[in-house]
Amino acid sequence: MKTAPRIITILAVACLMMLFFYPLWRITLIAPQYPDGVTMYIWINKITGDSPGTLQNINILNHYVGMKHIEPDSIPELTYFPWVVGALGLLGLIAAFVNKSGLHLAWAVVFLVLAALGIYDFYLWEYDYGHNLSPTAPIKVPGMSYQPPLFGSKMLLNFNAISYPGTGGIFMGISMFLAFVAWWIKRKTARS
Amino acid sequence: MNPLKQLSVLAAAAILVLPACTNNNEGAQNTGAINKSSAAEKVYVAPGEYDEFYSFMSGGFSGQVSVYGLPSGRLLKVIPVFSVDGEKGYGFNEETKPLLETSHGFIPWDDAHHPELSQTKGKPDGKYLFINGNNTPRVARIDLSTFETAEIIELPNAGGNHSSPFTTENSEYVVAGTRFSVPIPQSDMSIADYKGKFKGSLSFISVDPEHGHMDIDFQVLMPGFDYDLAHGGKGKSHGWMFFTTYNTEESHTLKEVNASQNDKDYIAAINWKKAQEYIEQGKFKEMDSEYLINRYDEKKHLAETIKKNKVRVLDPTECPGVVYFLPTPKSPHGVDVDPTGSYIIGNGKLNANLTVHSFDKMIQAIENKSFADEAYGIPVLNFEDVAAGTVESGGLGPLHTEFDGQGNAYTTFFISSEVVKWKLGTWEVLDRVPTYYSVGHLMIPGGDSKEPWGKYMVALNKITKDRYLPTGPELAHSAQLYDISGDKMELILDFPTIGEPHYAQAIAADIVMNRSKKIYSLEENEHPHAAKSESEARVEKNGNEVHVYMTTIRSHFAPDNIEGIEAGDKVYFHVTNLEQDWDVPHGFSVLGAQNAELLIMPGQTETLLWEPLKPGIYPFYCTDFCSALHQEMQGYLRVSAKGQAPEVLATTGD
Repeated sequence: MKTAPRIITILAVACLMMLFFYPLWRITLIAPQYPDGVTMYIWINKITGDSPGTLQNINILNHYVGMKHIEPDSIPELTYFPWVVGALGLLGLIAAFVNKSGLHLAWAVVFLVLAALGIYDFYLWEYDYGHNLSPTAPIKVPGMSYQPPLFGSKMLLNFNAISYPGTGGIFMGISMFLAFVAWWIKRKTARS
Repeated sequence: MNPLKQLSVLAAAAILVLPACTNNNEGAQNTGAINKSSAAEKVYVAPGEYDEFYSFMSGGFSGQVSVYGLPSGRLLKVIPVFSVDGEKGYGFNEETKPLLETSHGFIPWDDAHHPELSQTKGKPDGKYLFINGNNTPRVARIDLSTFETAEIIELPNAGGNHSSPFTTENSEYVVAGTRFSVPIPQSDMSIADYKGKFKGSLSFISVDPEHGHMDIDFQVLMPGFDYDLAHGGKGKSHGWMFFTTYNTEESHTLKEVNASQNDKDYIAAINWKKAQEYIEQGKFKEMDSEYLINRYDEKKHLAETIKKNKVRVLDPTECPGVVYFLPTPKSPHGVDVDPTGSYIIGNGKLNANLTVHSFDKMIQAIENKSFADEAYGIPVLNFEDVAAGTVESGGLGPLHTEFDGQGNAYTTFFISSEVVKWKLGTWEVLDRVPTYYSVGHLMIPGGDSKEPWGKYMVALNKITKDRYLPTGPELAHSAQLYDISGDKMELILDFPTIGEPHYAQAIAADIVMNRSKKIYSLEENEHPHAAKSESEARVEKNGNEVHVYMTTIRSHFAPDNIEGIEAGDKVYFHVTNLEQDWDVPHGFSVLGAQNAELLIMPGQTETLLWEPLKPGIYPFYCTDFCSALHQEMQGYLRVSAKGQAPEVLATTGD
C-alpha cells in the first residue's frame, strides 16, 4: 500500500497531461439551418472547430448581434495556460516522488484552486463576449445578452448553445479526483 | 425508286402519325390503370428525407444535364455543360469561358444527348458523368464530387457526335462517333459526291484513371454511314464496342426515304483491344486534325485550353480483326449489351421485331472466317451465323433496351408508344405498358451496366400533348416512372423534364452523396487573382485595364466604394468568397454588365468583365440571399469621363 498513492498521483498527472491532446471544453450551437451543429473546442492553447472554417462561421453569426470576434491570438490565457498545466504536472510528479501526505494535499489543493480560477476566468470571458456588445450591432434585442452557459444548454435567440467539458476537461476532472484519492490513502496509511 | 417501295414508305409514314392522333382523344385521364394510393406511397419521399437514386437526365437541346431524385421526381440541380447559363455565370465569367472554346471558336450552345456514368468493374462508380455534344462534336466530363463540368473535349474528323459517350467496363475509354459522315480530312467538295468520298470516324477517348482527364487515344476510319448509338461489351465481351449504323445506302439527300431502303444495316463491332495492339505496333497514321481540350482546375478555379494538332487514325482495311459488321434489320437505333455481355440487341427502328445477336456466335463466326460479304474492305458476317433470336414484340419502332439484372430486358417502342418487357434467352414477351407519348430512351438505374438496380424504370418521352396543364405552344417533355420490382410494370409517377432528355442514367444515392463536396478550401485556392482575406482586397489600374480584387463575406464586399474608373475601361472583378460554410454562396452583379452575374461558392474565385460606357455612379450588389443583412450587401462604383478620373480609391467602411 505504500506505493499506491505514488502510482495514483502519477496516473493523475498522466490524466492531466491529456489536456495537451484533447480540448478542455466544447460549446455547440444548434439551429435548424445548421443540421450538423457548429461546435467550438477550447483547448489550453488554442480554439478549434469541427472544420477549419468553424471559428469564422461562429464569428460571422456573432457579428450580427455585435459580439466581439473570437480571436485566439488576443486571448493571453492560451499562451500561459500550457505553462500553468505543465507546472501543475511537475508539482504532481514531485508529490509522487516525495510521497508525503502534506505534499499530496498541497498538490490537490493547488490543483483545486487553479481549476476554480480557470473556470472563473472562463466565465468572465463568456460574460464579456455575451454582454460587451457593439453599439453599432445590426441586430439589437433589448435586454438580450448572449453569454453561453458554463455547463448545460441555453437558448440564445434562434440558437441552442450547449456547453460541456471536452475530453481533456473530463480527464482533468478525473485527475483532480485522483489527486485527492492519493492524499486520502496516504493519510490513512500514515495514521495506521 | 420503284413504286412498290414508295408505297411502303408512305404506309410507314401513316403509322408514324397514327398513334399521336389516337392518343389525343384519350385525354389526361389516361393514367394507365394506376392504383393511385399505392403509387403515391411508392414515390413519396417525406419532407427532409432523401431519394434512393440520383438520376442524371440529358437536357437535349438545352445543352445541360438535369439531376432528379428518384422515386420522387424532384429536381435537384441543373448542371450547365454545353450552354451558357446566366444563373451561374457559366460561360460568362472568365473562368468558365474556355470550357466552351472549340476550333470553331466560342460555342455557347450544344445539343446534349447521352449521359453516361463512369464505371469500375462494369458498375457505375459515381466519380464522373460523361455527356456528348451532338452539334459541334464534343464530350464533357462532369465531376460528381462538385456536380460541375470539369472538362470538355472536342472531336475532330466528325460531324454530329451521337453514338457517344458510352463507356468500357473500367472507363478505359468513352467513345464518340460521327452521326453525319463528312470528308475526312475536311475538304470543299460537291455534296453529290458523298458516296465513297465521305467517311465516318469512331473515336476512343481515354480517361485518365487518377484525374479523369480525357484525350483521344485513336480514331477508327469508317465507311460513310451514319453512326447512331453504341454500347460497350461487358464480362466476356469486354474489349469490344458496338456501334449501330444506318444510311448504309450512303445517300446524301432526303434521307428519311433514301436511308431507309436497305433491308439490313450494320452493327459495327470494334475490337478495341486489338486496336490497341495495332497502336502499340505503330500501325496508325498521324493525321493533322485540330481539336481542343478544355480542363477546369478545381484549385485554380479556372479552365484552361490545350490545343491539339494531331490524332492517331486506324484504317480497318490495314488492321484486320478490328472491325466486323453484323447485319441488323431496319436502320437499328440503339445497340444494347445485356449485363452478362452475351447478347447484343439491335433495336431496328423501322421494324416490329427486335434482333438479338450472340457474342459467342459472333466470335465463332469470326474464327471460322464465315463472311457473307465485305463493305469497304470490312468483313460482313452472315446474319444467320450471329443471330441468337428475335423478339416477336407485337410493337412497332423499337429504339432502346435496358436490363433489370434478373434476366429481363425492357425495350421502348416509339411508334406504338410503349415499353415491352421480355425475357433474355427465350425471347418471350412478358408484359407491356403504354407511355405518354412516343417514348425514346428508357432508363433503369445501372440498367446498361453489369449490375442494374432493377427496381425502377423511367420512360423518356418525345411527345407531351395533354399530360400537364398547358403552357402555350411549347411544352416540357414528359417522363414516366414505373415500378418494375414485380412481374408487371406499374406506372407510379409522371413528371415534366428540362429540354429534351434523350438518355438518362441513375445510381444509388449513397455512392454519390458521400463524396459530395460542401465547400472549396480557401487555403487551397490557387486562383491567380484570389484575395484570400480582406487585407488583400484592392484595386490595381494599368492604363484602361482595371483589376478589382474583391472579397465577400456575410454581409459585405471589400472594397465596396471604388473610384478611379473611366468610361471605356475594362474592369475585371475578381471576387473571392471568403465563406467556409456549407451553402453560403454570394452573388455579384453590377449595373450595365453585358454578360451575367457571378455566383461564387465558398472558397472560390470568379471573374466578371465589366466595360462601363458612360460616367456616373454604378451600384453593385449580392444576388444570392445570403443572410439577414443580404439587402445591405451592396456597394458603389464611380465612373469618370475618359481622362477625368481621380486617384484610384478602394475602401470599405471608410
